[in-house]
This record gives sequence, structure tokens and C-alpha cells, in this order.
Amino acid sequence: MRYLFRPPGTDGAALLALPWHEPLEEWDPALLLEVPQRGISRHVVRFVAEQGRVFALKEIAEPLARHEYALLGEFEEEGLPSVSVLGICIDRPGGQDAILVTRYLEYSMSYRYLFSRPSARQSVDQLMDTLVVLLVRLHLAGIFWGDCSLSNTLFRLDAGALAAHLVDAETAERHPQLSRGQRHYDLELARERVGAELLDLQAGELLPDGVDPIDVADSLPVRYDRLWDEVTHEEVFRADEQRYRVAERLQRLNDLGFDVGEVELVTSDEGARLRVETRVSAPGQHRRELFRLTGLEVQENQARRLLNDLRTYRAYLEQRSGAPVSEAVAGARWLADVYQPVIDAIPPELAGRLAPAEVFHEVLEHRWFLSEQAGRDVGTTAAARSYVRTVLPATPEELTTPSVIANRS
Amino acid sequence: MASIEMKNIVKQYGDGYPAVNDVSLDIADGEFMILVGPSGCGKSTLLRMIVGLEDITSGDMVIGGKRVNDLAPRERNLSMVFQNYALYPHMTVYENIAFPLRLSKTPDDEVRRRVTEASDVLELKEHLERKPANLSGGQRQRVAMGRAIVRQAEAFLFDEPLSNLDAKLRGQMRTEIARLQRRLGITTVYVTHDQTEAMTLGDRVCVLRKGSIQQVASPRELYEQPVNLFVAGFIGSPPMNFLPATLEGDRLQTPFGPVVLDERRAAAVRGRGELLLVGIRPEYFEDATLVDEAKRPLGSVFRARVDVTEWLGDSQYAYIPYEAPEAVTTQLRALSRELDSEELRTQAIVSIDATSRIREGREAEFWLDSRKVHVFDPQTGENLTRDAEAGARLTQMATEDRVEQVQDAQASGQTVSGATTGGGQGSGAHRAGAV
Repeated sequence: MRYLFRPPGTDGAALLALPWHEPLEEWDPALLLEVPQRGISRHVVRFVAEQGRVFALKEIAEPLARHEYALLGEFEEEGLPSVSVLGICIDRPGGQDAILVTRYLEYSMSYRYLFSRPSARQSVDQLMDTLVVLLVRLHLAGIFWGDCSLSNTLFRLDAGALAAHLVDAETAERHPQLSRGQRHYDLELARERVGAELLDLQAGELLPDGVDPIDVADSLPVRYDRLWDEVTHEEVFRADEQRYRVAERLQRLNDLGFDVGEVELVTSDEGARLRVETRVSAPGQHRRELFRLTGLEVQENQARRLLNDLRTYRAYLEQRSGAPVSEAVAGARWLADVYQPVIDAIPPELAGRLAPAEVFHEVLEHRWFLSEQAGRDVGTTAAARSYVRTVLPATPEELTTPSVIANRS
Repeated sequence: MASIEMKNIVKQYGDGYPAVNDVSLDIADGEFMILVGPSGCGKSTLLRMIVGLEDITSGDMVIGGKRVNDLAPRERNLSMVFQNYALYPHMTVYENIAFPLRLSKTPDDEVRRRVTEASDVLELKEHLERKPANLSGGQRQRVAMGRAIVRQAEAFLFDEPLSNLDAKLRGQMRTEIARLQRRLGITTVYVTHDQTEAMTLGDRVCVLRKGSIQQVASPRELYEQPVNLFVAGFIGSPPMNFLPATLEGDRLQTPFGPVVLDERRAAAVRGRGELLLVGIRPEYFEDATLVDEAKRPLGSVFRARVDVTEWLGDSQYAYIPYEAPEAVTTQLRALSRELDSEELRTQAIVSIDATSRIREGREAEFWLDSRKVHVFDPQTGENLTRDAEAGARLTQMATEDRVEQVQDAQASGQTVSGATTGGGQGSGAHRAGAV
């Protein structure tokens, strides 16, 4: 047998003791972890936990495994929202298929979960828009997915918003650029799959009344075309509108979840023509900034939220001491005095239902809500206590992320 | 159903590289056409241009008499079979087949009619009301085919559908696809790099090399009357042997002794250069001690030392090394590299009867059927002895077989009737835009 894995190799080394020579279907259940947040797969897929981390193992033909391994590696390096691939095991005895190992996307939710329970948090519209953002991002990067479906997508909460991640690249193809035909065909496949998946939930009586599978599926191309146009269209305007129009366009792209790369502005007597190159990577400016200051790894919107709180705290420190406080010091103090106490307030039995940064975001929301009721600022500590007592327990237990479950046992 | 006509199709990428170079190919209504060739030959690009995934640089793509160059994929109404294998667990097998129609809001009675017909052809009738969880591997694949059938597409397209299945399921599916295509009589284009798949499935096979068509013919014509060295080397397993030869009178001098050519072939070869390549298929050889006296004079006999023998129960192969000049080995090495095959060493693979007692490491006497050898120009690769008329007869026979089979299937009511009303032959113009 042969194992290929990407750095850090320690994750891969921890998995070497598993019975790779046996068919995945026959692995001792004691080695495996039940993961409720998963879609439909035509392959054998199993989950294992090793040293507190959770991995998804998928048995597929070697050429497909190699292809997917290479592509997912590329996607990760480019900052595309996809699962992170660890490695593959090939040349298994008896001519068995290869096994592809990916890191489980912690705190993610499957569409089955999201659709089958009406939630105040996310609407069907939001879900479809999120999926379309992912598809547009992939298409901009020259990736034909070939199997865009809800089953192949996982959703994560990001400061109340949703972010979609690609979890299956088996059929994906990389091109220098996609033709119109490729994009439309990919979209047509997506429409059909999403429709079928929702019809399936309906057949299983898991779809809330009022959600029409066909209408939802048919809305995909419309949403896609709208977003694609927003992201790629060239604009022409009068020279005197330039400054304001360029700024407006860039702001609009940011709001849609895209970072802007190069901006090309060609002026002539008729006016200015604006072409914007959109970065394919998911925005990460705030994420990187927060990581630099605190070492926390969170999602983009969460990072923006946390950074705002950090800055407020820094101002408070400066005001209190009457002297400037460096960014680095403020970051360390905020982490120890503000963020960590909130996270520590989560009782063990409620841990893992939401990502820590998401909990912090919700506590800030809760604080605002309580403060408004009380007519004064109640403070983060009181808000965290109240949140943990009244809000967090209402979050479904089945959302608990697998690594937390694995670490409990 | 519809015919597919390609006229001078060119696909050129940004860097100027022509992935497909001036391809003209007519696929008849109801025909099963295979596009085959080693990687990089342009077969997938060609299929993608039929589907509408790749823009066509120049030329015309005509489906059912209509030019489709500028139509989006869904407007072409073609069906990529096996594009969606997913089985949806809460839906019955019936709904798993029907959902493409549900999504296009097809009326219930029309859905029922089409699903029933498709399930008859696919022998899934008893399973329709069940959930898909307990279907076998083959049945699952048939559900995927059912989805393609109910769409009533103009044609079925397959892009290496079996390449990732295990050997057993691959064999099953090959049979299944062939049977289905015959019963439905639907125009089918099938891309593969596997010459065995190509030979067993297609009515006609289009062999591509570096974006150009080499030969379009029935499997038998390709096998017996290849146009050039490339086709001769690509079709057949184990491959055709190529030996260096020089012509003396009506005889070819080869490492395996003289081979006598008949007058037609001798005339065709004469004056075509000093050094030639003679192509001999493994089964044109035999252990000389086992050849009928009556047959013996039709070929030549030579002695050679056997390097290795492979006994497979029902058949046996012997490997015979031979000497070849540098020019020939270089040519053969380049060919095998292009065919993605293991390097052709300068040894012949010969098929001998399973009962033969020829041993490894010893000299033995072999017989060679000289009636069927071909002679190639090593520079251009051209087959100098190809009998075009004989080849055309083989392909004509295959075409007649196909027409007969489709008529039989239609007569016994096994085909899916489509949206055709009034009982006439189905044609593109009748199709209600399915998707």
C-alpha cells in the first residue's frame, strides 16, 4: 500500500495505524465516528477521529482519488472554499479502490439539516444565494464542478450569515477559463440535482410546507445569472461620475462576498469603461488580521465582528490608562480578558454546537438585545451568562461538531 | 432521434493548439458511433463540442438537420448518460427515474407513460415502487439510464462511462449499454480510450489521432483493413506485430524468413522504398506441427527460438525476439509511445494453439499465414496493401446488421416510442422539447 499526504504530515501519520487493507465497509465500528451532518454519497464514506481531529474517508477508484486529491490541494492553496484534503491511500491489497482522506469541516451543517427544520436563522433564499456564490466563485476560477448539489456542499455559520464549501470534487475539471456552454451546463446540472434533492426531502416528509422544490431549483439559474452579471459586467459611465461609480461598484462586490483584484479603467471622450477583476479566493483580509493579532482562526464575517470588538476594547484600555496601547498588547489583553471568558462560560454539555467565534458573535448580539431592553449597556460578562442559560441550550444537540464528540469519549 | 453531422470542425485553443483539426463525420440516425484514440487525440473535445461545452472554432455542427453551433447545451436536447448516478433514498425507483420530468412540469399521465416504457426496456418494472436502497450495482446504473431515456433526447452521449467501474461491473454495463442502444435505436456517441470497448460496442468506430480522423469504419474493417500503422497498432490486443522487411520479387524478406505476397499486394508494394514494415497479427501464426496439410502451402514456415510462452488455458502466446535495424526500432518506439502502450520491444507475440508443446528457450517451427499480412511504409505509416473494397464490404455488412436489428426491435414493440404521434418514424422535428 502507498500513502500520499500533504503537510502537516503529522495528521497523516496519526492515521497510519488504521486497517487500510480492509474494505472501508468492514471496518470495526469502534474505530468510526457517526456524523449526522452528511449528504448522499454513492461511495462508501466513513469518519474517524484521531487526536481530536475528525477525518472523512471515501473509497473511490484510484484515478478519481488522485484527481480529487490534486484538485482539492489546489483549491485550498488558492483560498477557494472547499474541504481540506489530507491524502490518499492507494495500492490496497486485492485490487481494492483507493481511499481519499479529507479533514472534516467542523461546525458545518448539511442541507438535510438546514432544510428539514424551519429556522429563524436561515431562509431558503439565503441557502440558495450561498450556493450560487460558491458556484460563481468556482466558475470564475475556471472550475467546472460537474456535480454541484446540496449533497456536495456543506454550510457553515459565519456571524449569522452562511458560507458554502465544496466537499466533493470528484467530477470537477480545471480549465484556463470556462466557456459559456460549460457554465450553463454546470448550472443546469446543479438545478437538476438541487431539485431532485428537495423532491427527495419532500418524499421523506422532511421539507417544510411552503417550500416548493421545483420553484427553488428554478430560482438557481436566475440567481446565478444575476450574480454572474454583477461580478463580471463592464460598466460605462461619464468621466465626472468616475470616483463615485468605481467606489460604489467595489463596495457592491464586497457586499456580495467578493474581493476585488485589479481594476481597469479606460477613459475616452465618451466616458470611462470599468472592468473589475474579481478575486476567486474567499475574502480573508479580516481573517488574516485577527489571526495576526490573536492567533484565532475563524471565518471572515466572524473575524470582522471580533476585530470590531477588539478595537473597541483597545480604545477602552487607552482611555483608562490615558496612554496609547499597542495593537499587539490590545490583542493579547482582549483575548485573555474578553474573548476567552466568554468561551469558558460555555458548559461542557453545550460545547461544540456552534463554533466558539460564532458563540462570541451571538453573545454580542445578545448583549445588544439585553442592553436595549435594560436601557443601558449590560456588559459582555452578564450577556454571556444570560446567553449560555437561555439561548445556547435551544441550539439543537445534533449540531454538535464531531471533534467535540470525539474528545468527550 | 437525430443524425449528427460534423462538417470541417476545428477546435483551436488560445495558444493556437488545434485540439480538433478539420473533422468531418456523419453519424446516422440510430447509429452507435465510437470515438476512440489515445489521450490527447481530441475525442473528448469532439464530444464536448457536440454537447455544447466547448465553443467550435470553425465548421458546422448539425444535429437533426439543424445547425447547433450557437445553441446552449440544454437547447440541444442531448442526454449525457450516467451524468447523474445519485439515487435519492426517500423517493421510489419510479420517482428516481421520473424526477427530470417532474422538474420540467410534465403532466402526470405523460410521466407515467414514459417511465413505464423506460422501465420495461430496462427490466426495472418490478422495482418501481420500491426504495432504491436495495438495488444491485447493475440496477442502479439502469436507473441512471432510465433518467436519460425519459428525457427523450435526440441522442445519447457517453464520456468514458465505464472507466472507473470494477472489471465485473464494466463487463456487465458494456453488455447492458449495447443491448439498450439496439432496443431503443437511439443515436449514440461513445468516447473511450479502450479499444476493446470500441470494438465490442460500436456500429462504426472513428479512430482519432492528434485531433484528426484516421479511419471511420466498422470494427471488422478496422481490424482487417487498417489504413495505416497507427490504426493497425491501436486496434487489436495483443497488438499487431511489425517486422522489418525488404521486397525481392514477390517475396518479402523478414527476420522470420521470406513471406510470399500475391500479385495485387506485390504490385502495390513494388517501388515503395528499400525498407518496409510488415504487419502480422498474432493469430496469423501457428505452431507448424499443428497446421493442416491443406493449409500449410498457404503460408510460410520458419524456425525461431522462443523466449517466453504464456499458457492461458484456452489459448497460448509465444514471444519470439528478432533483430531490427535502428530505423525500424526508432519508428516502433515512437508509435508505442503515442499509443500509450508498453514499449514494443523487438519481439513478436504469436498466438499458438493451447495444446502446442512449444517450450521456452528452445527453437521451434512456426507457420505464418501470408494471405493476411499487410505492408506499411515506415516513413508515412500508410498501409500499402489495404484492400479498400474488401474493407467497405465489411462495413456495409455491419450497417445492414444494424438496420435489421433496429427494425426487429421496433417490430417487436421494444423501443421507446417517444413523443411521436401518429405512428410514423420518430424524427427530431416531432420531439416535444423535453428538458
